Amino acid sequence: MATIQSIAGELEPHPDVALVERVRAGDLAAYDQLVRKYERQLFRISQHITQNREDAEDVMQDAFLKAYEKLDQFQGNSKFYTWLVRIAVNESLMRLRKRRTGKMVSIDEDIETDEGSVPRDLADWAPDPEQNYNQAELAEILRKTIQGLPQGFRVVFVLRDVEGLSTEETAETLGLSIPAVKSRLLRARLQLRERLSRYFHRGKGSRGKRHGETRSEK
Amino acid sequence: MTCKEFLASLDDLIDGTLSAELRAELEAHLGQCSHCEVVYNTTRKTIEIYRSHEIYELPASLQERLHSAIMARCKKGC
Repeated sequence: MATIQSIAGELEPHPDVALVERVRAGDLAAYDQLVRKYERQLFRISQHITQNREDAEDVMQDAFLKAYEKLDQFQGNSKFYTWLVRIAVNESLMRLRKRRTGKMVSIDEDIETDEGSVPRDLADWAPDPEQNYNQAELAEILRKTIQGLPQGFRVVFVLRDVEGLSTEETAETLGLSIPAVKSRLLRARLQLRERLSRYFHRGKGSRGKRHGETRSEK
Repeated sequence: MTCKEFLASLDDLIDGTLSAELRAELEAHLGQCSHCEVVYNTTRKTIEIYRSHEIYELPASLQERLHSAIMARCKKGC
């Protein structure tokens, strides 16, 4: 049996499990390792939701402190990282709620229902279009574009496509159904694609015309 | 296959979670519809760009400061 199990690899524990066990036994250095492993991701996710640098810093710290306090509640039936992300998402939404004083904030807001509409923009992109911009310009384009998405689409895209959570993990983290995650992911991807087309279509950005009136070659 | 039907399976095609049969149907559609081919290629590129570019970078100095603050508070029992 042991041989079969080791071949299947099903009982191979995630390395985080051992670290969590050590933290539970009072080993703070193990928690230090977990924080180092995931602080960048948590900062990114918080920044995507709050869209505010200081809030993201606070959320990241609060999420790690809360996770440390609540470690006994971590069941181990989900990944530690997914559990941590759920805490950070909740902390981020609470932070937004505070900033908007009383206005309800949830990942359900601002959702349009344009499901199934076929994208209009037919312009193809230049090969490696990001090379027409320097790093700072590109980061600004990507930030501006994703910030324009409705919150409920943006969070799903970030968790699923940027942070690599599965559809099931994203659904569990956000308290959404799997069909809802799938539908939002498709619309998020298509909206981002359409918005990025402004910057990346053929003829755009080449020969130094990044901010000019270059038209697409249709 | 219509463009709308293609679009309904676009995510599964991108994520590689399709049966061989449906995949073949979608690829056949791609072969004859330049509109969907553009949408497919540029959507994949969109995901790839967001995955490979850090748009909210945490500077090393700030990371160290935040890290120290977290660990200091954990030491005190939070």
